[in-house]
Amino acid sequence: MWENIKSFASTFFVTGDPLIYGADVSIVLTMFAIVFVLTKYQKWGWLWREWLTTVDHKKIGIMYLIASLLMLFRGGVDALLMRLQLAFPNIEFLHSDHYNAIFTTHGTIMILFMAMPMMFALFNIVVPLQLGARDVAYPFLNALSFWLFMAGAMLFNISFVIGGSPDTGWLAYPPLSGIEFSPGPGQNFYIWGIQISGIGSLATGINFLVTILKMRAPGMKLMKMPLFSWSVLSSCVMIIFAFPILTVTLALLFIDRFLGAHFFTMAGGGNPMMYLNLIWMWGHPEVYIVVVPAFGIFSEIVATFSKKVIFGYKSMVIALMTIAVASFFTWAHHFFTMGTDASVIAFFAISTMVIAIPTGVKVFNWLFTMFRGRISFQQPMLWTIAFIPCFLVGGATGVMLAVAPADYQYHNSYFLIAHFHQVLIGGVVFGYLAGIYYWWPKMFGFKLDERLGKWGFWLWNIGFYVCFMPQYALGFMGMTRRYYTYGWDMGWAPLNLVSTVGAFLMGAGFIFQVWQIAYSIKHGERDKTGDPWNGRTLEWSIPSPAPMYNFAIEPRVKEADDWWRIKQEKANGTYQEEKIELEPIHMPKNSGIPIIMSGFWFIAGFGFTFEWVWMAVIGLIGVAACMWARSFDYDTDYYIPVDEIKRTEASLGRGV
Amino acid sequence: MSHHDNHVHSENHGSLKSYVIGFVLSIVLTIIPLVLVMNNVMSGGPLVITIMVMAVLQLFVQLFFFMHIREGEKPRYNVQALILGAVIVFTIVAGSMWIMTFNI
Repeated sequence: MWENIKSFASTFFVTGDPLIYGADVSIVLTMFAIVFVLTKYQKWGWLWREWLTTVDHKKIGIMYLIASLLMLFRGGVDALLMRLQLAFPNIEFLHSDHYNAIFTTHGTIMILFMAMPMMFALFNIVVPLQLGARDVAYPFLNALSFWLFMAGAMLFNISFVIGGSPDTGWLAYPPLSGIEFSPGPGQNFYIWGIQISGIGSLATGINFLVTILKMRAPGMKLMKMPLFSWSVLSSCVMIIFAFPILTVTLALLFIDRFLGAHFFTMAGGGNPMMYLNLIWMWGHPEVYIVVVPAFGIFSEIVATFSKKVIFGYKSMVIALMTIAVASFFTWAHHFFTMGTDASVIAFFAISTMVIAIPTGVKVFNWLFTMFRGRISFQQPMLWTIAFIPCFLVGGATGVMLAVAPADYQYHNSYFLIAHFHQVLIGGVVFGYLAGIYYWWPKMFGFKLDERLGKWGFWLWNIGFYVCFMPQYALGFMGMTRRYYTYGWDMGWAPLNLVSTVGAFLMGAGFIFQVWQIAYSIKHGERDKTGDPWNGRTLEWSIPSPAPMYNFAIEPRVKEADDWWRIKQEKANGTYQEEKIELEPIHMPKNSGIPIIMSGFWFIAGFGFTFEWVWMAVIGLIGVAACMWARSFDYDTDYYIPVDEIKRTEASLGRGV
Repeated sequence: MSHHDNHVHSENHGSLKSYVIGFVLSIVLTIIPLVLVMNNVMSGGPLVITIMVMAVLQLFVQLFFFMHIREGEKPRYNVQALILGAVIVFTIVAGSMWIMTFNI
């Protein structure tokens, strides 16, 4: 009996690495600390009522934001570990298996569990406020999406202390990710972590598409919608068409592994290249899914901080929507070297270059918006200005990679690594950070400290170039990705050391930002007006943070920058306020079902991961029971009475 | 969200009968290809064509019985989404076949 338990534990828990034991200890300590604090201050009920069961888009957004910052930390630590190993390749700081696991989790976490939730955080917090809506179209589904994401992310993350991390790269190509070469639970963690959170992502895509099409304030025609909401619409269209491809691809991989099918194994007449073909059909739109909302954020920020209306609104809309469709026609450029016909390569090389055009249009629009504007260099604008040259170089190297004959040289080299980090950090991370700084007062009611923020900004920026410019050179010098060691005679060591220094500078930038948040909670400039940046769109017309119903009176929209119009009219005395009586506001009720159902999904996923069918069955029965309970729950909504709205508005300093 | 009508207009989302028919049809259309392959009834070109026909029929069953493609106040969005969906499905299927023909 004792022997059985011991042998089970030695395979169930990851053993043998001091770094992992350190992680075990810190996880247990953190859990104890959280439980202790919640119990001591009797906050369990508060946590459950106010956060875990909430269907309020603003709170869900904040939870997404917290989760994504934690994941940024974990993915960042992964990156620093890799950079340490590569700076000193011969000291075996990480041995090869551990290095493989770390580059895999770094990539997967940064894209799926950092970029996606940070994007959803901004969707949730901003879109309903920008549209003049009181919530998203399906608030319950929204909460469910968040908790499914959490269940998937946690399932993926526990793999490094239980069962072993996946270690076949962030897209898990077969045959390496097949059962023959990757037996054990690691690869199943990858599949189920992504599958479960993927259901949530798809639901969010549908939710925001419907919200944008159906829930805009009266008078807000599509062509009067703020550009961030347009970018969200573009992103949602891509989510809806791309994520099912991912789900099917990973399901096929799981069927191969679990049931012994041969979709991707040569032995049974399958073809592993088909997996590449399918996964990139999702993977390419995926990178546009995360970067397009960043373009929307920059459009808002550039207009606000240049105090001008955005240049070329129509061309922006066309560019955003063109990208949504065109992103589906470029996927094969990720595997030019697979070996195929010249016609295929020519088609995908040209389609890839074509997609640079709408992005170029946007860059010019931002520049023309700034031209002769009165620019103020506050934090959101700083990140926007840093983004433009960075993304420009990243885009240009992308076009270089699109040149198919040359791609045979760049493929899988550090040149590629530098390219996609430049577009993903320079585009996505800078964009979301800019968005977080911009909308932070709207979320929490105070600004983030400028001085500490500038330290963070410069460390990030300098660190970025120090880290990734050498990698372009390393690529030309023949260094390919996923090496965990190399000989001194290769001549790669100096540039790798420089690159590692840059990575640590970015890490220091992140620490400054955490410090900045902690400092600003106490000392940050309070936002009493609700409009700290002299904004242009509807979210700035309401108090910060927004009351739970967002708008006491549904706004009547006349222009794209409607809040700017109202402010102008008030200034020159032409503003006519319509007399609208307050009405009771219809609101959704909180529900515990999303978190419980996601818990059952977690159990099911864990069961599938370890191929314990009984556990998977229990989990799925729980999921079905939750769906049943929700289907027959008719008590899902309520009305906020007029008195309460008046009291809330008065307490926020607004007479109605 | 201002009207209390969310329970009322649920009648026009199809009847129990249509859901059961759709459910049975979708299962039958799934089982046919499985049986054909497992029992080696057909092979080669005819098999592939039969599976594809079943897939397309499945698509229509889903659209009409579960997605209620004929309903909605603004069918404009439905049509747009359907056209885009068709383009993307075509890209996925034809694109994959085109790319992979040179790889076997």
